[in-house]
Amino acid sequence: MRVTVKLFARLRDLVGAAELTRDVAPGATVGALWHQLAAEFPSIGSYERSISTAVNADYARRDQVLADGDEVAFLPPVSGG
Amino acid sequence: MGIPLLAIGPEPLDLLPLIAAVTDRGDASGSDGAVATFLGLVRNHNIGRVVHHLEYEGYEPLALKAFERIAEEIRQRWPDVCLALHHRIGRIEIGGASVAIAAASPHRGHAFSACRYAIERVKQIAPIWKREFFEGGDVWIEGATADPDDDQARADAERIACA
Repeated sequence: MRVTVKLFARLRDLVGAAELTRDVAPGATVGALWHQLAAEFPSIGSYERSISTAVNADYARRDQVLADGDEVAFLPPVSGG
Repeated sequence: MGIPLLAIGPEPLDLLPLIAAVTDRGDASGSDGAVATFLGLVRNHNIGRVVHHLEYEGYEPLALKAFERIAEEIRQRWPDVCLALHHRIGRIEIGGASVAIAAASPHRGHAFSACRYAIERVKQIAPIWKREFFEGGDVWIEGATADPDDDQARADAERIACA
């Protein structure tokens, strides 16, 4: 199945794209998708412990199971205000 | 009718429409005794660097939901408060406003506390980032790992708001 990945701020710069599509295995979690990306783009690996994650524009835990067509966002530490 | 209470977008910010929005209570208008406001500005220095301008970016649909969550937390903690919260994104020059907040209440204490709570929570959980363009380079600023279910962060914001 296929999901859309959205990346923001420095994560986007490191990967070089704001949006990607990736195939994931049925039953894959948000965390598994992150590890797949970190293997593909080693420079983002240092964000392992500091990212937040969202699925379909709602904050989500890393153990959330993905569905076909989901939009998964990886968010570096925030700095609004 | 009127402006939304919660918003994120590229338009310049203005407190006066927010004040009008939070004090328009329909049939109950006139019940407020205070409006506390906060305007966050782009300053010309940061940790020893000369700052030229900032660029803000947000995950807009999630940011709006984060603002709704903050407004709901305030409804629970200070039920008589009406909150408005607008965040600007895109390039903002020195002296420009990046965030505007207004909190109306029958009582000034609640208005001050809710206003402070709102900006503390924005900094904790709003998916918004600033990139600082300074003399000699640029850098993404990274603060808190956003976790809206982190009760300790919420308690910290409430403690600061009520200090």
